[in-house]
Amino acid sequence: MNFSNIIHLSLVSLRSNKTRSALTGLGIVIGIASVIIIISVGAGAQSLIFSQIEKVGSNLVGILPGAAKKDGPPAIAFGITVTTLKTADAEAILKRVPEVAAVAAFVQGNETVSWQNQKVAATFLGTLASYTSVEDATILNGRFFTESEEKSVTRVAVLGSKIAQDLFSDQDPLGQQIKIKRESFEVIGVFKERGSVGFQSPDSQVFIPLLSGQKLLLGINYLNLIRVKVRRSEEVPQAVESIKEVLRQRHNIQNPNNDDFDVRNQAEALAALTTITNALKFFLAAIAAISLLVGGVGIMNIMYVAVTERTREIGLRKAVGAQEETILKQFLIEAVMLTFLAGVIGVLLGAAVSGLVALMADYLGYAWKFIVSPVSIMVSVAMAAGIGIVFGYFPAKRAAHLDPIEALRYE
Amino acid sequence: MSTPPLIKVQNLKKSYQTDEVVTPVLEGLSFIIEKGEFVAIMGPSGSGKSTLMHILGFLDRPSSGTYLFKGQETSGFTDRELANIRNTAVGFVFQSFFLMSKTTVLENVKLPLIYSAEPAKEKKAKAAVEAVGLTYRLNYFSSQLSGGEKQRVAIARALVNNPDVIFADEPTGNLDSKSGHQIMEILEKLNDSGKTIILVTHEQDTARHARRIIKLLDGQIVDDSAVIDRRFVKDGGLNK
Repeated sequence: MNFSNIIHLSLVSLRSNKTRSALTGLGIVIGIASVIIIISVGAGAQSLIFSQIEKVGSNLVGILPGAAKKDGPPAIAFGITVTTLKTADAEAILKRVPEVAAVAAFVQGNETVSWQNQKVAATFLGTLASYTSVEDATILNGRFFTESEEKSVTRVAVLGSKIAQDLFSDQDPLGQQIKIKRESFEVIGVFKERGSVGFQSPDSQVFIPLLSGQKLLLGINYLNLIRVKVRRSEEVPQAVESIKEVLRQRHNIQNPNNDDFDVRNQAEALAALTTITNALKFFLAAIAAISLLVGGVGIMNIMYVAVTERTREIGLRKAVGAQEETILKQFLIEAVMLTFLAGVIGVLLGAAVSGLVALMADYLGYAWKFIVSPVSIMVSVAMAAGIGIVFGYFPAKRAAHLDPIEALRYE
Repeated sequence: MSTPPLIKVQNLKKSYQTDEVVTPVLEGLSFIIEKGEFVAIMGPSGSGKSTLMHILGFLDRPSSGTYLFKGQETSGFTDRELANIRNTAVGFVFQSFFLMSKTTVLENVKLPLIYSAEPAKEKKAKAAVEAVGLTYRLNYFSSQLSGGEKQRVAIARALVNNPDVIFADEPTGNLDSKSGHQIMEILEKLNDSGKTIILVTHEQDTARHARRIIKLLDGQIVDDSAVIDRRFVKDGGLNK
């Protein structure tokens, strides 16, 4: 008996029990679909996180005030205000670390921003004129503020594209006076739309000179953040060390354990995130795999039922000369075909759901990639077929070993 | 040198053992069946006639004694050898037909061939269906047939691999008398054309269609003789 004959037999038998085949296969369909969804959505989420971080720039280094343990969260995450990071530190880094291309310093606050009757709650960033050379931001209308404006507490502001739209709708914001916490600022520029970057939305932010932010709005003389652009990403580790040296000198710190600042680079953050998201992804996939196991037990159960139900048929086949291994193959292939088909359907279903998730994420404005890797498809289908073999084997073996006389007598 | 007999059994014994109890079923049978014979094995239930048919049909092995099939000793055959010889040398017709439902007449008849290396499966199957006069039902599902037609399909299936011997186990037991006579007529014709047929039955009337009757009682042959008053379907044997 050749292989195509056995396949034909299995198909006939699966088809003659459509409802049962479908319900049995459903366990595998759901299991495979969840594996595909979890891996695909996981990969999509990962791509989103990476794109957010990469948008910030892989050759950027952030300096936060306050010490932090390696890999732990920065001090400000606990609501601790550390006042040791100053504008002069930023200037010193630019001057003394040769790998550094540009430095931007930041203070930040949340205030109501208004123009005429329009009011929006927004984040304002006080920064340096060098901001546009550190970050990937382009002016659409007007201009960014200059170094001299930044040094002289000027009341000028540059708007993100969204907040400009929110405040001014279709009118030209340039030259208009907006109010941030009762202080007036003249709009001198509007940024081009940037989308979300590092999980912040610069499109909804207002940018003002650093000193104006410190003196007029916040009443402080320290910084929330320094961001350094290194010339080339290969030079980042070296630059990080030099920056630490400069800051330790300036802050009179002998022991690195007493650092009152925290230098972080994007590559490290990326690596840490990859580890976390991968672990999460595989953990979830493992849970989905358990559901496959449950589906497999269902298959085994139904195959045993099928063998019992078809005892007389098996007896007849043996009476007309079927060999044991032919019967074994027939039942095994039946199980494998069922799980294989279920696996294929599961992959399609999983891909469809993942595609839908990607579409929704895209609709919500996230740079979500729809990824269904060929490897995950092959592994899933192979897993499904493997379940058929493992859980189909014992029922098939029972069928093969039936005594033809007993089987023919079976009522 | 003459050809050896088709079937030659000598001191054939079969017993079943459950736990400590040994139940003898066949107690030392010896007989010869030549090619072309039409033999009825008769006996009440429990006489061992089914067990004898199972052994002669290679579905079972004897506990002791010899079974020469075409001169070859078969009692030590492996499962694989038994399956092979069932596939090529014997055909079975059962009381309750054993057709596969949701499967066409043609596919049912083809069944033994799919386990063999036979190349012209379709052609042979169609020829066998024609031999039992069911060509017009070729693509019907077996569930759509009457009882008599079902048994004719079963005979076609037994014929399809051109076996040396056909075993018919109470072939008319589940049929009305008209259909039963049709079946017996087909078996008679097959025997007339040279096929060896071994019929297992407990009915005297059915057994009288054969040329020879072996009577069993409690696992022993009590009578083995030619049928003098043989019944033929064609000359008025239609009514009991």
